[in-house]
Amino acid sequence: MNTNPGIFGKKIGFTQIFTDDGNVRRVTVIQAGPVTVVGKRTKEKDGYVALVCGLTDAKDKHVNKAEAGIFKKAGVTAKRIVKELRCSEEFAGKFEVGAVMKLDQIFEAGQKVDTRGTTKGRGFTGVMRRWNFAGAGSDTHGTHEYRRHGGSIGTNMTPGRTLPNVKMGGHYGDETVSMLNVVLVRMDVEKNLLMIDGGVPGAKNSLVLVRHAVKAKKKKAGR
Amino acid sequence: MNTPIIEQLENGLLRTDLPEFRVGDTVRVHYKIVEGDKDRIQVFQGVVTKRHRAGARSTFTVRKISFNVGVERIFLLHTPRIDKVEIVSKGVVRRARLFYLRDLQGKAARVRDAKDN
Repeated sequence: MNTNPGIFGKKIGFTQIFTDDGNVRRVTVIQAGPVTVVGKRTKEKDGYVALVCGLTDAKDKHVNKAEAGIFKKAGVTAKRIVKELRCSEEFAGKFEVGAVMKLDQIFEAGQKVDTRGTTKGRGFTGVMRRWNFAGAGSDTHGTHEYRRHGGSIGTNMTPGRTLPNVKMGGHYGDETVSMLNVVLVRMDVEKNLLMIDGGVPGAKNSLVLVRHAVKAKKKKAGR
Repeated sequence: MNTPIIEQLENGLLRTDLPEFRVGDTVRVHYKIVEGDKDRIQVFQGVVTKRHRAGARSTFTVRKISFNVGVERIFLLHTPRIDKVEIVSKGVVRRARLFYLRDLQGKAARVRDAKDN
């Protein structure tokens, strides 16, 4: 289980910024918060460690009594989005229930991070869009009624069936995708903005998770 | 279609110190070139053939003839690499994009100067 320090946020959009050395970086802007700690899961009580994070205030009508009780106990205003963030005990210890998570407590600009989001759902798509098949090579030369098809899906008598996992049309998108080792170019602690180099999976306004990079290269000793 | 957050972010990147110039003007762009750890300023003088107005992502294109070869350079308007922009002369043009200059040579490939009017 990934327990690297991280935070939830909302994908805002894409733009480009100038770095201090005058270069342009294309960045995805993520509004990470304000994220309030609504509760904690502890090893003793729940068997695992996590922070319960709340984002964006909710209207009264969107909160049922059970949920309202939880928010009241934590002493925070009701939240629309409540998510658990699995983390280390050390990281959980940095935040009290009711506290607002500040970005500079979690990240520093320039470091490598991983982002995770849910890609845009594309519905039922054919093989050309879903798997980048080429389709029929030509629209002429006798090709008819076969322009965006995938071609053969297997052999005849042996094995006499289509093998599992053959690429075909079907539902595409709306899946959880992680981008590993992307650079956190800049952050704005006051406005809770993270600017991440390149794209981040998901539509605008969708929820994304940003964590310290799992595979970030550790500095090699010697050599 | 940008969100207010991005708009605000981009507005913070805009430069206000550059002079207002238009398509058809001849400009000298003093551009910082980074070589290793040293900075050097290079001047590129030519006619502005295009202005792409897009907030912080705005660009402009400058065309000049160098050793009988047409050279066009696209600059980001708000980049900190631009030291300064001097306006050499104002031009009179009827178009927003002066791509027709690419097909012309010599005397024909000139832009009328506003002073001569």
